[in-house]
Amino acid sequence: MDHVRYIDRTREDYLRQGYEKSYQWAHFEDVPFAPLKKPLRECRIGLLGTSEVAVHFDPEKGEVNPIDEQDFRGVYPIPAATPTEKLYSRTLSFDRNATHLDDVGAFFPIDRLREAVADGRIGSMPMRVYGAYNNYSQRKVMSQEAPKALACAREDGLDAVVLVPV
Amino acid sequence: MSLIARHLEENGIPTVVIGAARDIVEHCGVARFVFVDFPLGAPCGEPWNVAQQREIFAQALHLLETATGPRTTVAPPYTWSKGNDWKRLVFTEEQPWQDPDTKAKWLSRKDEYRRLKADGKL
Repeated sequence: MDHVRYIDRTREDYLRQGYEKSYQWAHFEDVPFAPLKKPLRECRIGLLGTSEVAVHFDPEKGEVNPIDEQDFRGVYPIPAATPTEKLYSRTLSFDRNATHLDDVGAFFPIDRLREAVADGRIGSMPMRVYGAYNNYSQRKVMSQEAPKALACAREDGLDAVVLVPV
Repeated sequence: MSLIARHLEENGIPTVVIGAARDIVEHCGVARFVFVDFPLGAPCGEPWNVAQQREIFAQALHLLETATGPRTTVAPPYTWSKGNDWKRLVFTEEQPWQDPDTKAKWLSRKDEYRRLKADGKL
């Protein structure tokens, strides 16, 4: 069975809900390409996902939220050492009729990244991984989120980034 | 997400996208894309199927090494273990994307977003 045409399906869905215009998905003819500059085993690889990953914390035990909630609507860092069982997704943008978000590994492969470091497949991972809000506004993504992601990638010395839209 | 990937690439940082919405990612255009034909919410493999998640992640790393130009898509041939009904049903009148509870949460977040924006916090 062929893949789902989400652009067509969401257009029809918008119209059914009474909106006059459907969402205009970003489209470009030219696509930039940066080659990997060194062997993967020497690279520091980052992770960024739009699954609105958050961290469970218990204020009664003196734990604080490591995510700045002010940043949650944009690109925000999550300490990479956060135990996986404390990570969860707040996103509403997933197919709840077909799947669930109980296993972070299905949408935010931080354990796979850790394994790749342990196996020597990649050189290292940074001290922080990233979430990005599912922003409706392409203008906001281009003017704020993309530059922030780039600044973070540079600060962290990333050689490449794995990106996971939910 | 594809827009962020493009911006990183433009500035010299290679990226690979692991995603489930092939048309959306390819309509935008990214450098490297591992397309996993699973429901939205499980682009990295089925929940709790660690072996499959490892294979998918390994393909993403491999693509970082091997792609020689933009719009390189690989599509590992996985099939969702519960069958393909989800493809027919997603975003249809028969099965609305949001149930009433989710829609209420979504509207409440939208309101909060407007409030934060009005307060100059966004």
